[in-house]
Amino acid sequence: MSKLLVKEKEIVVPGEVLAEGMDNLPGIGTYRQGEEILAGRLGLTYIDGRTIKLIPLSGKYAPKRNDTIICKVIDINFSGWRVDTNSAYSAMLSMKDGTSAYIQKGADLTQYYALGDYVVAKIVNVTSQKLIDVTMKGPGLHKLKGGRIIQVSCHKVPRIIGKQGSMVSMIKQATGCRVSVGQNGLVWIQGEPDKELLVENTIRKIEEESHLAGLTDRIQKFLEKETGAKLDVSKSSQAPPSPAGGRPKSYAASVRQGDNHGL
Amino acid sequence: MVYKKRKDGRKFDEARKIEAKVGVVKRADGSASFRFGNTWAVAAVYGPRELYPRFLQDPSKGLLRCNYNMMPFSSRGERVRPGGSRRSKEISMVTQKALLPVLNLDEYPNAVVDVFIELPETEAGSRTAGINAASMALADAGLLMKDLVSSVSVGRVDDKIVVDLDYAEESYDDGPVADIPIAILPKSGNVSLLQMDGLVSKDQLKEAVELGKKACAKIYEIQKKALKEKYNVKGDGQ
Amino acid sequence: MNEDQKQHIITLLESDKRLDGRKPLDYRKPVKVEPGFTSTAEGSAKVTIGETEVMAGVKMEVGTPYPDRPGEGTIICGAELLPLSNPEFESGPPGIQAIELARIVDRGIRESKTIEFKKLCIKEGEQVWLILIDVVTLNDAGNLFDASALAAYAALQNATYPKFDGEKLDYKESSGKKIELTNIPLSVTVCKIGNKFIVDPTTDEEKAIDARLTVATLEDGTLCAMQKGGDVPLTPEDISEMVDIATEKGKELRQALK
Repeated sequence: MSKLLVKEKEIVVPGEVLAEGMDNLPGIGTYRQGEEILAGRLGLTYIDGRTIKLIPLSGKYAPKRNDTIICKVIDINFSGWRVDTNSAYSAMLSMKDGTSAYIQKGADLTQYYALGDYVVAKIVNVTSQKLIDVTMKGPGLHKLKGGRIIQVSCHKVPRIIGKQGSMVSMIKQATGCRVSVGQNGLVWIQGEPDKELLVENTIRKIEEESHLAGLTDRIQKFLEKETGAKLDVSKSSQAPPSPAGGRPKSYAASVRQGDNHGL
Repeated sequence: MVYKKRKDGRKFDEARKIEAKVGVVKRADGSASFRFGNTWAVAAVYGPRELYPRFLQDPSKGLLRCNYNMMPFSSRGERVRPGGSRRSKEISMVTQKALLPVLNLDEYPNAVVDVFIELPETEAGSRTAGINAASMALADAGLLMKDLVSSVSVGRVDDKIVVDLDYAEESYDDGPVADIPIAILPKSGNVSLLQMDGLVSKDQLKEAVELGKKACAKIYEIQKKALKEKYNVKGDGQ
Repeated sequence: MNEDQKQHIITLLESDKRLDGRKPLDYRKPVKVEPGFTSTAEGSAKVTIGETEVMAGVKMEVGTPYPDRPGEGTIICGAELLPLSNPEFESGPPGIQAIELARIVDRGIRESKTIEFKKLCIKEGEQVWLILIDVVTLNDAGNLFDASALAAYAALQNATYPKFDGEKLDYKESSGKKIELTNIPLSVTVCKIGNKFIVDPTTDEEKAIDARLTVATLEDGTLCAMQKGGDVPLTPEDISEMVDIATEKGKELRQALK
């Protein structure tokens, strides 16, 4: 007899038995050992038909192709720029992918991106040995000037972005700040000093309460209280999604996970 | 000789008072603290992160590095000189071996996972407390793991087999003593740490390991609960 | 920290604001002192300032005095920047950062004369008390200097001598006797970024600092130790203003010790 031993959205720890028997299938974050399916990490259960998956709740960002991320320039060499990706691996931004401008041989590369600069870039390749290439060529990819960078858990990024970018749009609308959310957990905020802080506090609130029901409503109320102005939500939810890069495709992935995770 | 009663009134198969908490070092990727009575370990995990010097990198998998360190004021005797001793180096090594079997490091080629174990207060059993804290911290860091690791010291004091020896028992001198720190992988029951000093018969060893397994099963439940407590935040609508 | 981000911090300070919403001369909350967190030390205290946490422990030994000071005991301060507390700290022997931290803690206590070294003498020329104070970092979210100095002093307040019968020390038993402390030195580090002064910097702000001055003061406002850090020199006017700030903030921080 097969038996499912966990409920939907249950927190499980490594080694916990999730199901017995062969009727269920081990999904991402789980593994099969004989008759049993076990948790292969700490996570939240998500049951998709017969498949049991685990949604990570913690851990460092794992670079994935097509992710739009915020990186910091940490080195410059003959072939381009090395950038920190807020993961275990740095990435290479080649001269060819760095700019469409013609770069003369021996030119000073810092005039494009200097050490310490932050950029919104897209991952174009990740090898099995975790060599990573990023590009600046694409809509929404650009250098970030001014403002502040904050670090959040990369697993909360889908909730910060919201369905079709609704959450981040609402925050932008309420505060008038520019906000870019990188899939790697770095967020760039720029605007009035008090408003920047309000964006940061709002994002921290989302991080803390992301597992609770009615998140959007609560964040809306919070923003309305803090700014003293009513928010027209219908407007913000229709606003075009524009997180880091604003690529609808990367949204699709994040939003889907957001749906799974949400209540 | 006969060892009749434990000084602190514990049963022979009873560990000292255990306290476990996850998420005690904010800056770390994962962290936990674990206590056996007056023995207190705090563990923090950083990683996977870039590994330097480069020659240590392994392109086939990530490296697990453990560092066990007693704080200068953590011993009831003289101040512990900082900087690591032969003892702390060996404990770091056996800790790494105890934790390695549950970790899947294939996803992190060339990278390192660092585990720092610090002891603010010690009174016997510090390596086992360290392993318990480290195992929770690794899970908290979201690493791919097959299981947790639970650890306790078992042993013999005179004619009795006991769990979680305290300082008085380790230095009992009215009869033979053996101290056997072990670590168990709870799901399989396999042993990933085993050391011993003292004298025991083969039968006593068998009995001690069995008792240790039972104690580790209880420790595992406490670790599990502490991990879930961190993520099951208040007000959860579930 | 790039120029852009530093400029951002300076621009904010020009309107008396900081990244986390504090005023330039505000400490984070809470400032908390928890004495006696470990039973193995003769005295101990854990200090929390915002998210920064440090632990200090006092061990006592009986040793021989320095030949030129046969009738005096002494204090010895150590500090460890534990790699557990900050991803940028590395294992290994203390670097210059840790050494400076230990020296600043040491100077604040030593020069305040809060401990009269003559009173640490057991038998002139032969036996004196050595008070070993160690500070370790648990979570570095900035301003380790002030947190460490506060923790070290609180650990001294918490300490009792172990039993000593003239020959052997018994660490298992406390004599119940406290260390006599006559003053309360308090260290405040004032940082200069651009033309502005702040206290209690976060790790981000620490990376933008041009200069810092750690000032230890006594209750009556007397200064007992100072240390300037950072790459940019200070004007005499700067120093005067920084000392005023440190004295004022010292009064506030003192409350945490009571």
